[in-house]
Parts: sequence; C-alpha cells; structure tokens
Amino acid sequence: MSVQKHQGAGCAGACCLKLEGMGVDIGGAPILHDVSFHLHCGEIVALIGPNGAGKSSLFRAILGQIGHTGTIDFQRAGGGHARPLIGYVPQSPSFDRGDPVSVLDFFAAAISRWPVFLPIPKKLRERVRACLERVHGADLIDERMGTLSGGELQRVLMALALEPLPQILILDEPLSGVDIDGERQLLDMLDEIRRSYDLSILLSTHDFATLERYTDKVILLKSSVLKVGTPREVLSSPEFREIFHLDLGKEEA
Amino acid sequence: MELWYSIVELLPFEWARPDSMFFMKNALLAILVISPLFGLLSTMVVESRMSFFSDALGHSAFTGIAIGSLCGLAEPMWCAVLFAVLLAFLFTYVRRHTNMASDTVIGVFSSTAVALGIFIATLGGGSFTKYNSLLIGDILSVEPAKIALLAAILLATVVLWACSFDQLMLSSVHPALADSRGIRVFWQETIFAAAIAVVVTVSMTWVGLLVINSLLVLPGAAARNVARNLRQYHLFAVAGALAAGVAGLILSYEAGASTGACITLVLALYFAITFCFRKRRM
Repeated sequence: MSVQKHQGAGCAGACCLKLEGMGVDIGGAPILHDVSFHLHCGEIVALIGPNGAGKSSLFRAILGQIGHTGTIDFQRAGGGHARPLIGYVPQSPSFDRGDPVSVLDFFAAAISRWPVFLPIPKKLRERVRACLERVHGADLIDERMGTLSGGELQRVLMALALEPLPQILILDEPLSGVDIDGERQLLDMLDEIRRSYDLSILLSTHDFATLERYTDKVILLKSSVLKVGTPREVLSSPEFREIFHLDLGKEEA
Repeated sequence: MELWYSIVELLPFEWARPDSMFFMKNALLAILVISPLFGLLSTMVVESRMSFFSDALGHSAFTGIAIGSLCGLAEPMWCAVLFAVLLAFLFTYVRRHTNMASDTVIGVFSSTAVALGIFIATLGGGSFTKYNSLLIGDILSVEPAKIALLAAILLATVVLWACSFDQLMLSSVHPALADSRGIRVFWQETIFAAAIAVVVTVSMTWVGLLVINSLLVLPGAAARNVARNLRQYHLFAVAGALAAGVAGLILSYEAGASTGACITLVLALYFAITFCFRKRRM
C-alpha cells in the first residue's frame, strides 16, 4: 500500500515529518511536483531515483535552503508542531589532500564558537572525541580531512550531523565513494543510531542491494513520487523496472 | 614613536643608530604591522581559492584612486577603499548567483575595473605616469600616522578572525553544510572579500600593486606545505610573513632595491624551503 494510510490521524502521538503536495521550481523550471510522503520516528527511509530526479532538491527543501510550494510540516511526539532539528550529511564534500584542516579543526569549528586557529581547550577536544565515539571514529581526531577514506569521511560527517542530536538525519548518497566493507559498517551504524536515538533517517542511494536489509521504506522519485512502499514492493514494481530500464537489460543480456 | 625609536636603536644595524634614518625605523615598524596582517589573511585566501580574486582587487584598486582624483578628493585612498569594497560585494553576489566558475567571474570584474581605471586616468589626454608609484610602492615613505591606521586595521582583522574564522572556513569548505548549520554563507564571504579589499587598497601605496598579491598568497601557500592542522597553518603563515618581511626590508636596504620585491623574493624562498619539507602524501 502507499502512504495514504499514514495520513491524518495515522501520525497521532508519534513524531512525523509530513510532506503534502510539495513542489520545487528552480529558475522557473519545475524540479519536483506533488511530492507527498510521511517520515516516522525510528524509520530508515531510502530515496531512490535516477540522477536529476530531484533527490538533492528534495533534501534542500526539507532543510529550508530553497523555497517550495505545498507544505512540509513536522509534528513532534505528543502533537506540537515546530521546525525540526535536522542533521545533514552532504554529498562528497571536496577536501584537497593537502588541506591543513584536521578532523578536530573541522568539528570544533562547526560545533563551537571557539576560534580554531588558537590552541583548542581540552574540554572542547574531549567533546569532539565523544561525538566521534558515536560513530566509532575517536581515533580519527588528529587526521587531516583530506586524507580520510570515503567511509571515514562519511562517519565524521555523520558524527557532526548528530551534534546536536537531531530529530531527522538526512544523508545525501552516503554510500557513494565507499568500499564494500565501509558500506556495511556505515549501514550497521545507521541502524545502531536509529535504535539508540529517537530519530528518523532519510537517505538517498543508488545501491539497491542493501535496501531490503537496512531500510523500512523506499521512495521511488522522479520529479514526483512514483512509488512508495517496503523495499520488496518498490523493487518489484513496474515503475521501478521502467525507470531503471531493467526490461531493456534483459534483451541485451 | 619615541619609545619605538629607542628600542630600534638597540639593534646592531647601520640604520639603527640614534637620530638618523627615521624612514627605515618607520618602515620596520610598518612591516611588523603589515606582514602579520597579510599572513593572517593569506591563510583563508589560499584555503578558499581566492588568490586570483585578491590579485584582481589589487589591479583594480588604482581605479578607485583614479576616480577619487577625478572627484578632486585630497585623500583618494578612501575612495579606492570604497570602490574595492563595492567590487568585492558585487563579485561575491555575481559568483553566488551564476553557474560560472569563479575565475571567469573574477576575470570579468578585473578587466572591467582596470579598463575603467585606465579610461579615467587618461581621460582628456591625461598621463598615466603619476600612478607609476602605486605599481612599485614605497614602504620607506610611510608616516607614523599611517602606521597607526595600519595597526588599527590589523586589530580589526584579528577581531574579525576571532569572531568568524570558523564560519568562514566551513563556508569555503562546504557551503551547503555550513548553511545547514545556520551559517550565513553569503555574508561570510562578502565580509572576507571586503576585508581583503580594505587591506589591499590601504597598503598598496607602500607595498606596490605588482607584488601585493604575493604577500596574500605565498605565506599561506608555504604554510600549507607543512601544516597538519589549522594552528600550525596560522603559525607558519604569520611567522613566515613576519620573518620574510623583516628580512626583505634589510635586504632591500643592503641591495638598494624595492622593498616589496625583496619581501616577495624572500617569501618565495620560504615557499621553496617548505616545499622541500612538505608533508608526505599518505
């Protein structure tokens, strides 16, 4: 079934991000239209779709970085409405290998007002270490950002997105540029985070093999929502086959 | 200044003898103020890939002077500062609102500003030669009042750095991430660009347009060779700029050459040395 069953009273009591008829235009061109879905507490939801389907625009609209039509509403546990705290893990940021920015520098600059070109107080260093510990990355603290592997960089950015602890965690293609081992480690960690903290996770991915094991719900997006459901429902749907040209592949193979 | 002169007189140099060569003593003090200023700014100029931008600002700063002279101002420098800040703002705005690479945007602004400057300077058959002194610069002509002005700018820059370096660094590394953490990226970039504009314009009379950009790039570039975190980065940049500034001044006195050029050459040497000791790729 589609999301309709969650609408209205379906969210009562639990925290929930609701998008209703949301649309985004950039420079007059419609990027997204009629996007409606709900994201519940404790869920891991994957956003799939071809490049240019509007996944990043959807994230930016939820983050409030670009304007949108329709409504994006957040309901807190208990029923109050307020702007949610969102942790954002951006897509592959560019760090030069030679960048003199250490993980500690980067982290401290983001979570505190302390000018990081001065010696960093012990207390702040301990706070950064504690944040990194959440993603089992405390030993990365003195590495330079430019020398981290794809998986390590994602973990550091994830630790940053979890400080302060958000209600929603958004990850833009966290698995791109990450090797097989790193991928499993990251996904296990997301599962752990979802269980230990009361938050919802929305991520975009092109890796369909891991969907069934790690996600609760999959949203197939191309300009609008084409299909929502469990991983199995979406991956076996005709819409999915059509978007990713799986029928063509059969002939060629 | 009396206190400064009595301190300098302790130095074992020919020009440090009491009651002589005040211009050298003034210049030394000016260098001690200017070089940490440039060292500090150079860290972010290099980090946020703005070296071409600061170059363009330098080249267009004389346009502001030309406009100021045209308006008949006694101190055309302030007109130049205003012009450079305006240019910095426009540049940041255009860069944010187009898909063009920033070096293209800089090229557009720089060439327009320089052309405008030459147009105004040569208007009605005017001669360009009166601007020649700006190209080379003369640190020996610095007056105590101007040193005080430079010191005030240094102080303001240090305060700016303490308040907004973190946000500035995040904005340059990843604008979308910075934005998601509540940083106003556009204003951070604008304020930084304006700070470079003010510093370049105010100090070009003494350093010289042709070499001013090297002071904004070389300390940061050299420090980047060896620094492993931002504290080392700042230390190597500021200390390197300071040492090269003093060494360049002494060299220029001994060789009788332009001070700006001497400082730049010493900085280039500093870059070469750090390059040899650069951190290994891991």
